[in-house]
Amino acid sequence: MPNLQDELRSYIVENYLFGQDDGFRNGDSFWELGLMDSTGVLELISYVEEKYAISLESSEIIPANLDSIEKLARFVSRKIEDSSAGPEIAPAMDTPGASQ
Amino acid sequence: MNPVATSPLNTLRIDPARETERIATRIAEIVFGQFKRKGAVIGVSGGIDSSVVAFLCARALGKERVLVLFTPESDSSPDSLRLGRMVADSLGAASALEDISGILRAAGCYERRDIAIRLVVPEYGEGYKSKIVLPNLTDAREYAIFSVVVQSPNGQIKKVRLTAKAYLGILAATNFKQRTRKMMEYHHADQLQYAVAGTPNRLEYDLGFFVKNGDGAADFKPIAHLYKSQVYQLAEFLGVPDEIRRRIPTTDTYSLEQSQEEFYFSLPLEKMDFCLYGKNNGLSAADMAERAGLTKEQVEHVYKMIESTRRATLYLRSNPILINTTGEVG
Repeated sequence: MPNLQDELRSYIVENYLFGQDDGFRNGDSFWELGLMDSTGVLELISYVEEKYAISLESSEIIPANLDSIEKLARFVSRKIEDSSAGPEIAPAMDTPGASQ
Repeated sequence: MNPVATSPLNTLRIDPARETERIATRIAEIVFGQFKRKGAVIGVSGGIDSSVVAFLCARALGKERVLVLFTPESDSSPDSLRLGRMVADSLGAASALEDISGILRAAGCYERRDIAIRLVVPEYGEGYKSKIVLPNLTDAREYAIFSVVVQSPNGQIKKVRLTAKAYLGILAATNFKQRTRKMMEYHHADQLQYAVAGTPNRLEYDLGFFVKNGDGAADFKPIAHLYKSQVYQLAEFLGVPDEIRRRIPTTDTYSLEQSQEEFYFSLPLEKMDFCLYGKNNGLSAADMAERAGLTKEQVEHVYKMIESTRRATLYLRSNPILINTTGEVG
């Protein structure tokens, strides 16, 4: 199974960098690099929700969770764990409203 | 003098008489001298910007060389037409009414929009109203993500975050409105051998708050260099009716009333105006914070948002790009 970071990196490079990933690092901020506008963020949300069968709460749609490949991978990984563990499991980080 | 040592209003203060004369002179040079057109068509929405442009064109070209055009559609507020007529009457200028609802229906504007909304609100249908909104945003820990607000026929309001597909679907459908309006403006301009005036102010022009080949299309844009608060100063000087000057800026594009702040800026207009001024004039976030009534971090975030929005909207401002320029006409 491909590593989650690699998988997300492929998506980001293909869709936001048009295949040109020269010097782009997994810790780089999408926002600082001007990689995506608000429509780009909506696209990213739709992608991870569909691809990983997770649902993002509004309170989770923040740069702390989505603004680099590393942050995104950590967040998606946690969401996958949360959803497989069931709704009683509290989110690992300070993401109010993550469980319902 | 440190420009931020005065209030935001004073910082953006202009000499409206002098600015009016300067703009009017340029309008006449452009329309008569450069374009050899006989007058100007102005699509007037009853908002502050289009009203000021109509007043400026009448002053520059003569009221008899101005056509004020109204283009309401099914979702327009009745106030738009009423206030638009007030502008034409104040000027004593000719006006024409083109209800574009039929064209929009034929193009599938409303149907396509409703289909896009149903992607996130499946029950949306006959009798519902809607608008899309941004959160009020000055917090760097959040994203400016669009939601749709719908009102059911029995008055219940619901707000749902949009998916990219739904957002783009709604946008692409509603953009028919601005493009149809512009088509009608050029129709009248062709008939009269007039030029078409564009009405964006500096905030809208700089941040791409317009539809490409819609309200972004024009032969000249006489207030694109003026911040919103400066447009209000001109309005007062020109004698734009008080009710128009007091009206809250609206997009008048959605069936639920939608302010420009909700749709695009996600920050009170006067603060956005002042922050854009600060950014354009190299003022630090720390200097700006107190005067704008924001924190330093908030101003830093707004500055970044301006940069990011400029990058994202470069395409909107760009003219068609040639692979090679042609020597004869550029």
